[in-house]
Amino acid sequence: MSSRSPNKLARIGLAGAALLALGACDREERDTSRQPKPETISLASSDPRAKEYENSSFHISQGQRYYSWMNCSGCHALAGGGGMGPPLSDDEWRYGGRMEDIVQTILKGRPNGMPAFEGRITEQQAWQLAAFVRSLSAQPRQDVLPGRSDDISNAEPQTLEERRPQQSESNTTLPSAEKD
Amino acid sequence: MRRRLLPLLPLLLVGSACSVDGIQSVGGRDGQGGAAIADLFGIFLVATLLFAAVVAAFLGAAALRRRGRRADGIEDPEGSGTERPLKTGLIVWIAAVAIGLFGLTLASHLTDRSMARALPDPASALRIEIVANQWWWDVRYHFRDPSRDVRTANELHLPAGVPAHVTLKSNDVIHSFWVPNLAGKQDLIPGRITDLMLIPRKTGVYRGQCAEFCGMQHAHMALDVTVEPREAFERWRAHNAAPAVPPTNALTRAGYDYFTTRECSTCHAIAGTPASGQVAPDLTHFASRRSIAAGTLPMSRGHIYAWIADPQGPKPGNAMPYIGLEADELHAVAAYLESLK
Repeated sequence: MSSRSPNKLARIGLAGAALLALGACDREERDTSRQPKPETISLASSDPRAKEYENSSFHISQGQRYYSWMNCSGCHALAGGGGMGPPLSDDEWRYGGRMEDIVQTILKGRPNGMPAFEGRITEQQAWQLAAFVRSLSAQPRQDVLPGRSDDISNAEPQTLEERRPQQSESNTTLPSAEKD
Repeated sequence: MRRRLLPLLPLLLVGSACSVDGIQSVGGRDGQGGAAIADLFGIFLVATLLFAAVVAAFLGAAALRRRGRRADGIEDPEGSGTERPLKTGLIVWIAAVAIGLFGLTLASHLTDRSMARALPDPASALRIEIVANQWWWDVRYHFRDPSRDVRTANELHLPAGVPAHVTLKSNDVIHSFWVPNLAGKQDLIPGRITDLMLIPRKTGVYRGQCAEFCGMQHAHMALDVTVEPREAFERWRAHNAAPAVPPTNALTRAGYDYFTTRECSTCHAIAGTPASGQVAPDLTHFASRRSIAAGTLPMSRGHIYAWIADPQGPKPGNAMPYIGLEADELHAVAAYLESLK
């Protein structure tokens, strides 16, 4: 045993180094382009609560409970696929996709069917719902998105979804950003 | 030293027996299943204590025993000559362990079978459906005539001597239904239906408790159980199947208006009013219950105010949000809820 050749030791060392090198293969990609993405522009929120709610897993999961409790799923479907109401898991926003816009939509209602929930739910619940609605299209930060749905679902976990850039008619994206 | 501590032992035993008469007691014999389990527990306790005493006696003897010495005063590795009886003793001991374990298994099996045989036909029993939520119990009584049905929350009324077949469901996570005075535990599992037969033998007031950790307020997920004579139960049922009493004065009328048009009715239902939310406890006869928020607070005017004003104070994390009522609104809603006898 003690007569193991240094050659053998070197080979083991090499194998170990190769393993370590393999582990480094899946390194995160860092986008160093200085041109901001369109979504980051249109997301520049004026209300400080927007970030607070959207950056919190707790608020998103609370929103998920309310989404079925208050029967949002009745028109927009459990995973946001839409039905009687427009889908919420795609990248189109009729009345704006910022947190503030969604809160307004929930509280004040919109034409053609969206009821106003002001006075029926608390403002905090509206913000939590908005955060969940944005999570349906994987808009919030990746690390606060839920890895699975609370309910039995065949939808892909939001953490695996590709983040869809936001297209909004009310928020025109910068022309320079289109090239990005 | 040992002598001085010895008298404390009975005291300890008495101390542990103090809770037997309580409203939440595993030693309770107030239900058929509970009594059988309590008997079985007694058998196990006596048997295991007996065996533990023998083990302790052997250990003590081994510690105290001196090794044999030869004539020259040197320790004899062959022992003190007590090996033969010891060997016999060990053989007897092994046989006793085998027989004891077999006996306990048999006792457990027989209890289980006799309990299963004693179960009445669910079709003839009182039908109750309990749905667990974080962190409260939704309770429904089903009768052949649906107009007799009752929906309530966090309380269970049972007629003494009448078997009650409880169907158990869960809306979110795994909970466990446990009224230790009446029967053993039964888990409530999302997506599954489990059941349990309760056969209360003695009238009284008991406390049920969620027995499977289910989140932040697991400890505040209790159930008030009242076992009463049949006539009293029938009175309770008839009263609870009726719609809520309408508001009688200006204050309760204002509370009624707020409740039915604002945040409250999004989640809560009060039978006989437009409030029909289904995701929170039914409040039709709220003030007739013994406690608020699944045993968190005793029912009283002060606690009703406290709960409505700041539900996250006494039970942080529960699903009732902070509404931010103005003083006059709070006063009105509390008065209205207090009138829901």
